[in-house]
Amino acid sequence: MSGVSRIKEFNLPDLGEGLTEGEILAWLVKEGDTIELNQPIVEVETAKAAVEIPAKWAGQVRSIFHPEGSTVEVGTPIIAIDTDPGAGPVEASTTGAPAADLPTPSAASLAAVEIAPEEGMVEPGLIGGVAPGGRTAVLVGYGPRNAPAKRRPRKGASPERPATPAASVPPAPAPAPVPAAAPVTAAAPVTAATTVNGNGRPGGLVLAKPPVRKLAKDLGVDLGSLSGSGPLGSITREDVQRAASGTATAAEPPTVAAPATSAAAFGADREQRIPVKGVRRLTAENMSRSAFTAPHVTEFLTVDVTRTMKALDRLRGRREWRDVRVSPLLLVAKAVLLAVRRHPMVNSTWAGDEIVVKEYVNLGIAAATERGLIVPNIKDAGRLTLRELADALTDLVQTAKAGRTSPADMSGGTLTITNVGVFGVDTGTPILPPGESAILAFGAVREMPWVHKGKVRPRQVTTLGLSFDHRIIDGELGSKFLRDIGDFLADPEAALLAWT
Amino acid sequence: MAKGDPGVTTTRGRRAAPRAKRTAATAGGDPELVQLLTPAGERVESAFGPDGTEYRVDFTDEEYRGLYRDLVLVRKLDAEATALQRQGELGLWASLLGQEAAQVGSGRALRSQDMAFPTYREHGVLYCRGIDPIMPLGLFRGVDQGGWDPNEFKFNMYTIVIGAQTLHATGYAMGVHMDGKTGGDDGEAVIAYFGDGATSQGDVNEAFVWASVFNAPLVFFCQNNQYAISEPLERQTRVPLYQRARGFGFPGVRVDGNDVLASYAVTRHALDNARHGQGPSLIEAYTYRMGAHTTSDDPTRYRIASEVEAWQAKDPIARMKAFLEKQKIADGSFFAEVDEQARAESVHLRERVLAMPDPEPVTMFDHVYPHGSPELDEQRAQFSRYLESFEGSAH
Repeated sequence: MSGVSRIKEFNLPDLGEGLTEGEILAWLVKEGDTIELNQPIVEVETAKAAVEIPAKWAGQVRSIFHPEGSTVEVGTPIIAIDTDPGAGPVEASTTGAPAADLPTPSAASLAAVEIAPEEGMVEPGLIGGVAPGGRTAVLVGYGPRNAPAKRRPRKGASPERPATPAASVPPAPAPAPVPAAAPVTAAAPVTAATTVNGNGRPGGLVLAKPPVRKLAKDLGVDLGSLSGSGPLGSITREDVQRAASGTATAAEPPTVAAPATSAAAFGADREQRIPVKGVRRLTAENMSRSAFTAPHVTEFLTVDVTRTMKALDRLRGRREWRDVRVSPLLLVAKAVLLAVRRHPMVNSTWAGDEIVVKEYVNLGIAAATERGLIVPNIKDAGRLTLRELADALTDLVQTAKAGRTSPADMSGGTLTITNVGVFGVDTGTPILPPGESAILAFGAVREMPWVHKGKVRPRQVTTLGLSFDHRIIDGELGSKFLRDIGDFLADPEAALLAWT
Repeated sequence: MAKGDPGVTTTRGRRAAPRAKRTAATAGGDPELVQLLTPAGERVESAFGPDGTEYRVDFTDEEYRGLYRDLVLVRKLDAEATALQRQGELGLWASLLGQEAAQVGSGRALRSQDMAFPTYREHGVLYCRGIDPIMPLGLFRGVDQGGWDPNEFKFNMYTIVIGAQTLHATGYAMGVHMDGKTGGDDGEAVIAYFGDGATSQGDVNEAFVWASVFNAPLVFFCQNNQYAISEPLERQTRVPLYQRARGFGFPGVRVDGNDVLASYAVTRHALDNARHGQGPSLIEAYTYRMGAHTTSDDPTRYRIASEVEAWQAKDPIARMKAFLEKQKIADGSFFAEVDEQARAESVHLRERVLAMPDPEPVTMFDHVYPHGSPELDEQRAQFSRYLESFEGSAH
């Protein structure tokens, strides 16, 4: 037995099904102890259970890598065991890399040691051997992971390939819209509206039952242009009929179904008790967490948006925009996206010892639905044209109203707009969604007396409220960002010309 | 282990007559529970079922020792599998800890021609059927489908879907009956294993109906280990489970599932009834899952320590060991020898688990159809091309 295989490191396994980490509750052995096979060595608590882990090898405990109380990722070495302590000291020359004496495991030892089989016992590809791609062959889905997951390169891929859109696509938890087998098409600009339908399916593949296809043909509806609401994103009869009748409008403020507070709902004590669950519980948890971890600052800006409203009218009058839902929110979203480009720091996350600034903007839109407040987001909204943004907004609102918003739609948001104006109020001090650093409240647009060109005129005026995380964003940056949004809305054409 | 017919004696007595004896036989215990070996290791000569059937066993010393050996081996191999999961070598394991007697007793009661339909926890029955204990571990390691030849061993595949195997067993048993393979000592019987949680499934209740009205030669063997994952028995039933059989029209009996002798006697009797054409019956083996439902669950979150301790005192192996010692059927050297055999077999099992090869990804297309299909062949070809597209691909 060589020195390399004599010292064995035990990696924290996935103790449940799909767990990623565990907390070391207690070490049941200490360095220098002689241990037997399957002797309990450590108590580990995961999200599912507290369990004792039995020793995988007999021998002597050489090193313990993590103290009690520490949280360890699955696949990380936690203990090193000398499986042949009677054979004298381990010489550095025979162990290769610094595997001999390590307070913390080195990369080299990770690669060399885990479940080190006796040499010659295990062939490449077998458990414990070296699998294609250099990883240690273990179980599919379980067992140690020696390095961050890395995709093997595809044959023929150019190493000098410039950054493609695929590389900057935000890490949305949804399935990648472009199959990995098509790196060439991935290099072409990916736009949500043109190559992928609303369900993330490549545009060429449309799911619909034969009678629905017949109906679409009869009604002259292009199935490829629809986003299906059926199982697996398939297009339903209703989807086709809605498209045919042109009722694909949206974005009235989704009405909030107030809890049933009719007299009957109250007990004798004239109090009603509503269980906290679902969206309400989630909202409560998120809001409390955010409010008491991120130091919020809120600033306000009142803006004359008359030109924005006129621009919207002109858009609506254009033939190619005839069927598009155009609302003031669209230009507010555009203003935010352009302002982010000028101040990228606002689109970031506080991650404890670092700030993660994102190149992509997953633009969250707070929506009141019958289920409660949800915040779906438009993935990589900064890459969309105005028309694509309008379609995405319409789709987002319709999906939310229909109660079909998926968890993937709601996760990964980077910056949010809450359109409180639809409720007829002027502004508010919004609370940041956890993980985001800025949220904009867009108030009602009212006709107000306003000094315009030296005279008091009736103008369309609104108030913007911007909350931001003061850990990341100072008053100066927050103010500039809000000012830019206001400038855009005051004169969108000029801002577009000046900034893009 | 070769085992002859250990001469189970069952007599169907009159209901009223043995009542006093019955109470005496299970003194201090549950009068509804058939028990032949008390937790303290005291042998009970005979016990009566609710319909007056008298159960007794008459084993030779060698057979008693054989049962003890089975219990210890099965527990040790199970513990090894649990350890392998904790060490990252199995994805999951469903431990049988605490249920050894119910499984070994019923498993040894099967005759060679009898067919068994297990859940995913019947490692003890599998062992009794002569199947290499390595066989199911490939399934739990995620490297194969855990397959063996059900016809060769008269032991169906592990069934993960709760209760589904009771319907499979019912259909199989109806087939046995229709083939005219019942009606004598050499008749075939079928046993279906399931748990207390499964009794709430529609499948199990449908199986009861079909087996009953078609007089299928089937023994429903319910290991009531008190929990359906985290749900306690009172969430499954308001009457003792064995009493449900009456409503379906066949006999039911509750046996001490931690008593290997009673489990054997009751199962052997029910199987013999079935093979003679007497139709189905339900056995509720009253036992306790000492461990977690599977390695993914934490039983301390839903049951209290005192309950576990109370069952610890009813341990199936401890009582068998006490009995063997008291009756001087076995001595220290025998116990040491069994322990050593268990240790050696578990080490052997471990080594073979660690040596299990990772399957080639394309092998997932194997065994879907016996002769393939054009669509499947195309999928396999596409997948092969995909794998070959990677640099360093050996393909």
